[in-house]
Amino acid sequence: MDTLYKIMEIVMPFDFMNYEFMKNALLATIVVSPLFAILGTMAVNNKMAFFSDALGHSAFTGIAIGVLLGLKNPIISMLAFGIFLSLIITKVKSTNTASTDTIISVFSSLSMALGIVILSKNGGFSKYSSYLIGDILTVTPKEILLILVVLICTIIIWHIIYNSLLLVSINTSLAASRNIKTHLIENIFVALVAVAVMLSIKWIGILTINSMLILPAASARNISSNTRQYHGITIILGLISGISGLIISFYGDTSASATMVLVSSLFFFITLGIRKFVR
Amino acid sequence: MTKTHNSCGLCRIDIENLTVVSGQDILIENINLDFHCGQLTALIGRNGAGKTTLIRAILGEREYTGNISYKEHNNGEIKRPRIGYVPQHLIFDKNTPVSVIDFMTASKSKRPVWLGHRKKDREKIKNQLEELECGHVIDRRLGELSGGELQRVLLATALDPLPDFLILDEPVSGVDVNGLDLFYKMVSKLRDSYHIAILLVSHDLSLIKKYADKAVLIDKTVVASGDVDEVFKTDSFKQIFGFMDLEV
Repeated sequence: MDTLYKIMEIVMPFDFMNYEFMKNALLATIVVSPLFAILGTMAVNNKMAFFSDALGHSAFTGIAIGVLLGLKNPIISMLAFGIFLSLIITKVKSTNTASTDTIISVFSSLSMALGIVILSKNGGFSKYSSYLIGDILTVTPKEILLILVVLICTIIIWHIIYNSLLLVSINTSLAASRNIKTHLIENIFVALVAVAVMLSIKWIGILTINSMLILPAASARNISSNTRQYHGITIILGLISGISGLIISFYGDTSASATMVLVSSLFFFITLGIRKFVR
Repeated sequence: MTKTHNSCGLCRIDIENLTVVSGQDILIENINLDFHCGQLTALIGRNGAGKTTLIRAILGEREYTGNISYKEHNNGEIKRPRIGYVPQHLIFDKNTPVSVIDFMTASKSKRPVWLGHRKKDREKIKNQLEELECGHVIDRRLGELSGGELQRVLLATALDPLPDFLILDEPVSGVDVNGLDLFYKMVSKLRDSYHIAILLVSHDLSLIKKYADKAVLIDKTVVASGDVDEVFKTDSFKQIFGFMDLEV
């Protein structure tokens, strides 16, 4: 880790680099941004913005289950509940005739309210309110390593299932005619999103995690005309917004994740404005 | 005797007692049909007659009872039949950044399309598109294509790898009259030059009469099947479609 810190000091000789928490936060951003960018490309293609929002809200119930079970670190219960919820939503979506929006909204409200009710019993909710906006400055090297592992696993899975996932997102019957197990592919994807969201929600925050997932891809979509460009631009925009958001938040003394989202939103409007000329 | 073309006409797809239920409702029941290579069969019926359900069962998307089997010309069974499918329409966001070459490569290759495309794959796809007179659309986004261009791209995709059974689900919607005739001509050409059975779901009776070898009329179950002319003369046909001027 020390060698890595030294390299960072040489590459970025700025005064915010004097603090170890900033170095960690920067490393976390460099790992988390591409992870969310990659998953975001498909979340946007599949119109899942609302789904990932619901997933973020459900983190409260994940934490609450952990507290009820007496777990020291609620990450296991958050992961389990996140994956469970995303599979349930996908299942209900494919069998029910009611509108998808309504179904997701019901699950979102239920899992958020349930978590808050349990956590606020005896007035202890303020302990958990930090989850709302997150704090990337508290990230530890161990946690960064964990996210790095998730990023590597995601890239491997992305390599294996991407083509199938793309066909499923375009037309499920067409995908089925190509012997693709459409439900399995969809489930792998939503579970992957659930893992990424739950593992990083502590630093990014329930209120802002969805924007991290959706905004870079939504911006890249405005100016990309094929899959390769789409991935490349999303990752670059994710990284630029993440890193510059973190630095601005340091000097402005603001919430890091919210500042990153502001930068991302700016990119969205810029790309929207120039899309006629680029594509 | 039904018409067959260059193919042996002996390879066949047998559907026996196919029934699909959804909850309490019977969507289609006791469907018995056979399709032969080198034959273009038109599937017709009113809206809600179960045409799409039948296709989704053949594609393995819907659970069914009964049996679907694929036989080679020597009666040997094809264990993993290849099905080419051209969907009715693609409902997707027109802004989706997926180009024609991305889409076609994703359909047949394991190499993820976000890595870009190899030169030889690109040339192959270009040739396939040119055969269907749309080589120029290779780098366009799917959302930029006209209805006719999209149908041809979908057809080119369905033909690689060459399927045992080609299913075209109402491929005419959103395509103008000339595009439509061109599409039918291409499908007939495929039927004549490749060893495949083709099932076409369509509402355009005049084009069916012009190009199809066989027609199957369904209304929950098969009510008429055989030569196009014969099916068009049946009472069930007249009840469903009314009396039509069939001399086209």
